[in-house]
Amino acid sequence: MSTIAATEEMAEDLAGRRGWPLHIVVFLAPAVLVYSLFSIYPLIDTIRLSLFTTDEAGLYHFVGLDNFGRLIGDPTWSGPFWNAFRNNLVFFAIHMVVQNGIGLGLAMLLSLPDLAGRNLYRTLIFLPTMLSVVIIGFIWQLMLSPLWGVAETFLGFFGLGGYFGPWLGQETTALATISLISVWQFIGIPMMLIYAALLNIPDDLVDAATVDGAGPFHVFWQVKLPLIVPTLGIVSILTFVANFNAFDLIYAVKGALAGPNFSTDILGTFFYRTFFGYQLQVGNPTMGATVATMMLMIILVGVLIYLFGVQRRLQRHTF
Amino acid sequence: MSFRLQSTGRHAKWLFGAATALVLAVSSAASAQTLTIDSWRNDDADVWNKTIIPAFNKKYPDIKVQFRADPPTEYNAALGARLAGGTAGDLITCRPFDASLDLFKKGHLVAVDDIKGIENFSPVAKSAWQTDDGKQTFCMPMASVIHGFIYNTEIFDELKLTPPKTMAEFKAVLEKIKAHGKYTPLALGTADQWEAATMGFQNIGPNYWKGEEGRQALIAGKEKLTDAPYVKTFTEIASWAPYMGKGFSAQKYPDTQNLFSLGRAAIYPAGSWDIPIFRKQADVKFDAFPPPVPAAGDKCYISDHTDIAIGINAKSKNVEAAKKFLEWVASPDFAAIYANALPGFFPLSNAQIEVKDPVAAKFVGWRKDCASTIRNSYQILSRGTPNLENELWNVSAQVINGTLKPEDAARKVEDGLAAWYEPHKKK
Repeated sequence: MSTIAATEEMAEDLAGRRGWPLHIVVFLAPAVLVYSLFSIYPLIDTIRLSLFTTDEAGLYHFVGLDNFGRLIGDPTWSGPFWNAFRNNLVFFAIHMVVQNGIGLGLAMLLSLPDLAGRNLYRTLIFLPTMLSVVIIGFIWQLMLSPLWGVAETFLGFFGLGGYFGPWLGQETTALATISLISVWQFIGIPMMLIYAALLNIPDDLVDAATVDGAGPFHVFWQVKLPLIVPTLGIVSILTFVANFNAFDLIYAVKGALAGPNFSTDILGTFFYRTFFGYQLQVGNPTMGATVATMMLMIILVGVLIYLFGVQRRLQRHTF
Repeated sequence: MSFRLQSTGRHAKWLFGAATALVLAVSSAASAQTLTIDSWRNDDADVWNKTIIPAFNKKYPDIKVQFRADPPTEYNAALGARLAGGTAGDLITCRPFDASLDLFKKGHLVAVDDIKGIENFSPVAKSAWQTDDGKQTFCMPMASVIHGFIYNTEIFDELKLTPPKTMAEFKAVLEKIKAHGKYTPLALGTADQWEAATMGFQNIGPNYWKGEEGRQALIAGKEKLTDAPYVKTFTEIASWAPYMGKGFSAQKYPDTQNLFSLGRAAIYPAGSWDIPIFRKQADVKFDAFPPPVPAAGDKCYISDHTDIAIGINAKSKNVEAAKKFLEWVASPDFAAIYANALPGFFPLSNAQIEVKDPVAAKFVGWRKDCASTIRNSYQILSRGTPNLENELWNVSAQVINGTLKPEDAARKVEDGLAAWYEPHKKK
């Protein structure tokens, strides 16, 4: 009797396992729950909120895509929006060229075979990335200050003192200056990623090229660069997403009004002012959600272009 | 299995019981004549706890008062959440104009027109906490801040200068300090933008647009920001640029304060709230003069800006006690304590108060000779998009930086206002 009962139990167990793959649910649950609760739900709710408007009594009314029409069509909204978008493109372009360009150069230097003090350089260059944006903003403002800063004296050593100006305060230079401060802070990230990719290139390939008569210049352009292109792609897309989400440095240095005359206003600061309000400007959650949704769209379009236009055509090499 | 379930059940019950007990304890403690004040003045918590509340308790020993402050930037949001959740204090510190008007419209504040002592306040003093038609007041005014110019007396003595009375004299003084070469004539920066608007435009402006007269005309749409008084004000502040610190377009508010408190600048366009800060930090002796008038003999006006008031939470269980507190706030006793505990924040009531800090006393003394007004962008005009106050910051900084002509600045702010404000719309 007892043996039969035992077999029956086992059979039941097996059937249960086959019928419903409980373990998959269990393993997926943490990630699904956390992402749904903290990423997907807020995202969808933001999009939902962008379709509403509020009245004086604080009640919400559905208006469809009217908010988007206002953001693009009404000059009081579209002016600041496109200005922020343009500034954001400049912000991104400076990061792509300067941050990723110099990051690549630094990674090349770091991967030189007979470099002394490699770890020291690596740590020092990566250090600013780990500092708080508020500290970075404060230090650079102090250094660049025309009143107490060291920048002017420092330039004076090279006879360039005459070129100094209140760079953070001029409409023409403020955005470039702040972009370069951000570049200075985050240059460690492309450097590390590219450095890791360069380390992955087998010495055989470089040796073979050298035996074939290629100089260091050729080795870089013809052998190493093609092999790290996938990493450069990742670096570019990370830069893109980070730049179009940027907010903190500009808020820390120039405040939410991103002066002078909104010359340092990017989508992040524009969103902040719209959503939370500023000084006497009362926050507008629904228009804020509209701006946030537009930011999402811009980032989405950028990432899709990368995914279908670049990523799929990349050739990957495994060694 | 069943045992475990039962045990969790018991735990839950116990927890629930404890939570209920806690809630009951808290709410019963609150109902025993304890008033809680919500405020953004966390800087003043000491003054409230050590000076103001003990003074109140001398008169009303059976009402306990608790001061609870949030950081200024978080106050509006925190208060909103507490009001929605029913945990806000009995007394609510009121921001001027729309933020509080909004609370009143949503029924969070009660009208205070029937509270004894409200008659001690002038219409201008009450205007920041009234409905647009001026019929209902919902917060008891507490204090204002006054604009003017603080100057370094040592530098003035050294260069044998006297405080200027007219704009022409003001310019002559600036010119002399500049010619001497050792000091920055005027401590003002445009990097933070609000400095240019608040310490510049709103400081000297009332003399041009004749204080309340101009402010009301602007609200009624009878005057436009492109009219002469406003363009002249912009022109005036634009002409200060040569006298300001090197690279002033990258100079922030703390830089400006340091420039003056270290004795490197002679004149500081000020808000009276700077007085306690300079008392603590400045190595120099300083005094003050009111905003110079355009021409000798002109009537003078000062920006006596209503900044802080206190109201009653409509859901408070201690409305009677709260009313007593407001009566006391309206009394001369409170005015005297507040003015001297926080020099630079001036009581708004008509009571004659002796302010002991000499520079603060000078600021408040201008009320006798000059007519008071408030910043012209605060009432009604900053309700729409684009926001007039933000626009004024932007263009004031720009005219001083020299990137925008005064006429264009005036046109820009007027166009912004005309975009949404009916009385200014072009017909």
